[in-house]
Amino acid sequence: MIEQVAEPLQQHGFAKVVLELEVNNHPGVMSHICNLFARRAFNVEGILCMPMSDTSRSRIWLLVFEDQRLEQMVLQVEKLVDVRSVRRHGAEHEVFERLERFFH
Amino acid sequence: MMQMTGAELIVRLLERQGIRTIAGIPGGAILPLYDALSGSDIIRHVLARHEQGAGFMAQGMARVSGRPEVCFASSGPGATNLVTAIADARLDSIPMVAITGQVPLSMIGTDAFQEVDIYGMTVPITKHNFLVRSAAELLEVIPQAFRIAMSGRPGPVLVDVPKDVQNQLVSFEAYPEPAVPDPVPALDMVAIESAAKMIDEAERPVLYLGGGVVHSGASRLAVTLAEQAGLPTTMTLMALGTMPVDHPLSIGMLGMHAARYTNFVLEESDLLICVGARFDDRAIGKAAQFCPNAQIIHIDIDPAELHKIKAAHVAINGDVATALEALLPRVKHNLRKRWLSHVDSLKSRFPMAMPGRDDPRTHYGLVHAVAAVLDDEAVIATDVGQHQMWVAQAYPFRRPRQWLTSGGLGTMGFGVPAAIGAALSEPDRTVVCFTGDGSFKMNIQELATLAEEGLNVKIVLMNNNSLGLVYQQQNLFYGKRVFASKYRGEPDFLKIAEGFGIAAVDLDSSPNPRATLAQALQSRGPCLIHASISREEFVYPMVPPGAANTEMIGG
Repeated sequence: MIEQVAEPLQQHGFAKVVLELEVNNHPGVMSHICNLFARRAFNVEGILCMPMSDTSRSRIWLLVFEDQRLEQMVLQVEKLVDVRSVRRHGAEHEVFERLERFFH
Repeated sequence: MMQMTGAELIVRLLERQGIRTIAGIPGGAILPLYDALSGSDIIRHVLARHEQGAGFMAQGMARVSGRPEVCFASSGPGATNLVTAIADARLDSIPMVAITGQVPLSMIGTDAFQEVDIYGMTVPITKHNFLVRSAAELLEVIPQAFRIAMSGRPGPVLVDVPKDVQNQLVSFEAYPEPAVPDPVPALDMVAIESAAKMIDEAERPVLYLGGGVVHSGASRLAVTLAEQAGLPTTMTLMALGTMPVDHPLSIGMLGMHAARYTNFVLEESDLLICVGARFDDRAIGKAAQFCPNAQIIHIDIDPAELHKIKAAHVAINGDVATALEALLPRVKHNLRKRWLSHVDSLKSRFPMAMPGRDDPRTHYGLVHAVAAVLDDEAVIATDVGQHQMWVAQAYPFRRPRQWLTSGGLGTMGFGVPAAIGAALSEPDRTVVCFTGDGSFKMNIQELATLAEEGLNVKIVLMNNNSLGLVYQQQNLFYGKRVFASKYRGEPDFLKIAEGFGIAAVDLDSSPNPRATLAQALQSRGPCLIHASISREEFVYPMVPPGAANTEMIGG
């Protein structure tokens, strides 16, 4: 039996998007989020997480490519019990830009 | 002020949540919880023989009752043995709370004896999971676990409790209230109005019901919608029973092993009303060619299911029952004579072929013979394989929660423990488990639990001494290169049953199999009913994997 295997999705042609997540701050939240992206073979280019001033919450910033699966990905992220909100920003958002100098 | 250990607190919270039966197996890291459970006058513990069995017993209870049920396992291998049952519950949206013991907090991460990161392992297969870090947290975690398991789209939740947390003393003022489901989301009434309009304007609509109709308790509403709008109605494997099989509008199960006419009706439809179903590949075949001319209305409680496989023209996020209630007064009465008579003509031209249906020594005949002895109050469980599909095709399901099967994960070994769970939950019903010899051997140790509990479970073993669906696929799609699908040894299942202390009858050697079957099904208590089935009997029709639903072979 011969089956067509889909080519791995080329992501670098796509625009980048910054996702801003507000989450409950406890151990395990990062693993829920990273696991969700990993098991759907959805690349996360950049990730940043810090507690908010209300320390029961954290804010997570994710830099991802805007391929056609992003809508579904966001819906899945929104289903996670510890995720309180998801906002989308364009790649021009400064959070990752200002970190650039630590990496280049 | 109350003071108790974490273990006692768990037991009290489970009692208050209404839990009356827990299946499980003790071990070192969960012994404090078992010690506390031994003091409960309210909860009965059923000792499984393998943790996977305990997980499926909890599922069996949950599938017949519709409420979250509980299983216990110890740390390490106890917990990993639960994994398959949890993943199965996730794919079929079954509410369940699995509680596992864990090594003491101070030893986590040290590769302690029987330590495994079950929290990490179950992230992708649970709706949510918890690693409890103090006894006080249990006051919040246990009710949360139940709330999450039963809210929205149901699913399994795992709570991992380190042994020292079970032994820790906690003081508190009052018990938390038992969990209740979250309120259902508000409906988009504009979408409901457009859905009603689309139904009224369609010429060849089909109603496509999924397991969500069962979970939402909406089968009566779905049947009413079908009758009011004249909708031929197909059901997924998970939804069998939501519309009685002999209802004039029923066109049976769709998909890989559907009757030919069912897939042809779908092919011609101009409107597909998908209610609580998720366009699974076994149901729809090649997605691009499924219902090529149909507009789609999709109603689902899980927003991530909308537009996931097929883009819907009208997508309604909401509880199925609430949405159908809103839809009903807005949909016109319609006899739809032309379309329904066309559906009837497709049905008579391409019917479900059931060779041997009157001979109880054949696969279809055996399913019919079992059904002839029972009424609709019986619960029918299956394992996974050819027998499962034959039962799905041939058994006359007439009510929701009559049918328990592992749909999404397709877990061999599901049947016997799930049937035990169903009988634990509803001991007055007759519970029949159709199984195959391959599946049966995957949780055969639970016969010991069944004998101990003396439950009214009848196991109908369709024995072809092979992994039948594998054998079938190798014959049909792999050039008849049959490999690793025929067993060389042949266990004597009658002696095995006898060894476990379970009555057994053999239809092969019975001069009157119908009478033997009737007697076995009608006498109370567990019984194994053995019947040989030819290995050359295949499940037909069949949509080859990856093909469109209209490209069926056989049947």
